Amino acid sequence: MAKPVIDIDQEYRYGFRDPEQYVFKSGKGLSRQLVAEISEMKGEPEWMREFRLKSLETFLRKPMPEWGADLSGIDFDNIHYYVRPAERKGRSWDEVPEYIKRTFDRLGIPEAERKFLAGVTAQYESEVVYHNIREDLAKQGVIFCDTDTAVREYPDLVRKYIGTVVPPSDNKFAALNSAVWSGGSFIYVPPNTRVEIPLQAYFRINAENMGQFERTLIIADEGSFVHYVEGCTAPIYSTDSLHSAVVEIICLKGSRVRYTTIQNWSHNVYNLVTKRAVAYEDATMEWVDGNIGSKVTMKYPAVFLMGKGARGDVLSIAFASTGQHQDAGAKVVHNAPYTSSTVTSKSISKGGGTTTYRGLVRINPNAHHARCTVKCDALLFDDHSKAETIPYMDILHEDVAIEHEATVSKVREDQLFYLMSRGLSEDEATMMVVQGFLEPFTKELPMEYAVELNRLIQLEMEGSVG
Amino acid sequence: MARPTLEIRDLHVSIEGKEIIRGLSLTVRGGEVHAIMGPNGSGKSTLAYTLMGHPRYVVEDGEILMDGEDVLEMEPDERARRGLFLAFQYPVEIPGVTVANFLRTAYNAIHGGEGEEISVLEFHKLLKKHMEELQIDESFASRYLNEGFSGGEKKRHEILQMALLKPRIAVMDETDSGLDIDALKIVAEGVNRQRSDELGVLVITHYQRILRYLEPDYVHIMLDGRIVRSGGRELAEELEEKGYDWLKSEISA
Repeated sequence: MAKPVIDIDQEYRYGFRDPEQYVFKSGKGLSRQLVAEISEMKGEPEWMREFRLKSLETFLRKPMPEWGADLSGIDFDNIHYYVRPAERKGRSWDEVPEYIKRTFDRLGIPEAERKFLAGVTAQYESEVVYHNIREDLAKQGVIFCDTDTAVREYPDLVRKYIGTVVPPSDNKFAALNSAVWSGGSFIYVPPNTRVEIPLQAYFRINAENMGQFERTLIIADEGSFVHYVEGCTAPIYSTDSLHSAVVEIICLKGSRVRYTTIQNWSHNVYNLVTKRAVAYEDATMEWVDGNIGSKVTMKYPAVFLMGKGARGDVLSIAFASTGQHQDAGAKVVHNAPYTSSTVTSKSISKGGGTTTYRGLVRINPNAHHARCTVKCDALLFDDHSKAETIPYMDILHEDVAIEHEATVSKVREDQLFYLMSRGLSEDEATMMVVQGFLEPFTKELPMEYAVELNRLIQLEMEGSVG
Repeated sequence: MARPTLEIRDLHVSIEGKEIIRGLSLTVRGGEVHAIMGPNGSGKSTLAYTLMGHPRYVVEDGEILMDGEDVLEMEPDERARRGLFLAFQYPVEIPGVTVANFLRTAYNAIHGGEGEEISVLEFHKLLKKHMEELQIDESFASRYLNEGFSGGEKKRHEILQMALLKPRIAVMDETDSGLDIDALKIVAEGVNRQRSDELGVLVITHYQRILRYLEPDYVHIMLDGRIVRSGGRELAEELEEKGYDWLKSEISA
């Protein structure tokens, strides 16, 4: 019987690149002048210009974080901080420059929009080049636009919330983002409004030595629901690019937000992202975070539970192969009574890759009757790959229920033998064990994304055995 | 398809340098049911794993041929696709993989050619039919593979796989262990339903209990890695009556 031919040097299929036909591309390096120039080009109000310039000072003052992954390869002087690909953004795909549209065609974005999305944002380099939302949602008062547009059209909302969940001084990369941010999504869901089908954003880096700094702000008003999905890819270059986003989410009383990420950057991208949500009374925040690509990822989606009965869930997977370090995890702060949280982390290391689960759970003195469950499972493929677990627990109240569980396992010979004895090749058997391991994650994804994720993992796995 | 033949010729097998099977020969043809009986440590399960190609078991000498072709050169999956099947004594847990997904993947691996995979709906019908025959509840299909299964569920699930995959030579490793009498009957009936000239069965067991229901044509007694005596069904009864010690003393005498 014919067996599928496995290509050992499986290529990253999103590694293609477009020729650069940009309206504006900043020189390499960062300066006060560049930050002012970005603000100027965007026609921003004075308060945003000030926000940027102050953040730049914070960035320059702050030391590089030394406690996590190796970031010594980042050269801040060798990065293009702002690249504007087109004069204006399109509302229909026809208005998007042809070469960019072709790229998104290859990534399957317009097709996905037609099939199963309520709205799409497509960001290419620093700017959103396409944006659309279904009319019925717009009529209900749902706002979904790029954050630059939001600064112009909804300045009160933006000004009220931006930088409140992730202050520029939070960390060096949050400060950098606050200084040079461009693009990203802004979402506002009115009270008691449910957006039943997902809104999606897609981020694409094309240029070499590019820095992408999108800024996303989501406000779910009381009793509302929204599911936001983001995906990302980049071409392969021999030198590194930097992706440093900030995501801020405000879940007002009784609302629920789910934020799903499938991160598939090429293996030359530093992915240093600060994602944080606040959940007020009886609100629920769910992070579903998949990290497959990048050279180094440092990302710890956070939930601050600020009201009685608030809930936070962080479900993540990390996949690290040769030359990759996925330093990911979660941060949950219980700051009110009867709050609950679950953290589930699944990681796979192969070919010398490293995964780190780094988590912090803090239960403040006022958070009586808090409940928290942390579960970390790591799957190792070989002896030279690494899986680390670094859980911090900071429990300042006695009347709480905490569970923590961590496992490290290998794909076992007897599992492969059992599956192979039923006709599966070694590759198919390995893939089945891996898919089973990831099933708690994939079952939370919309079907189309689950299929896509399995396919991505399959590409990463191919040639990993025998 | 022609009647299958499995030939084992002067087989020697070791694990971690220790020889467990020490010159074993046996031929199983389509339409036949053979039973291998033996005490613990006689090498019965080693034989089962070796036939299926477990990488830990090293064949030092001898041959295994299926329809005249050398099986030892084949990976386990290739053996499976040729029609060899092992019902495991200890089926392995695979968390997160549903029974239905696993069975359909296995079915397609064995029966589906390039682009000829069975549709989900069609497979579901087929699965339902076989599950009913083995008195397996429908909810079973959405459970994770062997995870939290009772002993009886595991064994029934092995026979379910056998019914779906339709092997040509089936090796059953202690399928009777851990089963109560009702479950044993259901399992034995499941095997009996599949008996035909196109299936040869090798039953490996410690006790003759299951043989009352499976009615083997040949019984072989295994001691210290060899077949020491072969006969008809009456040999199993004699063994049950007199115990393994009787044979041991008779052989050493």
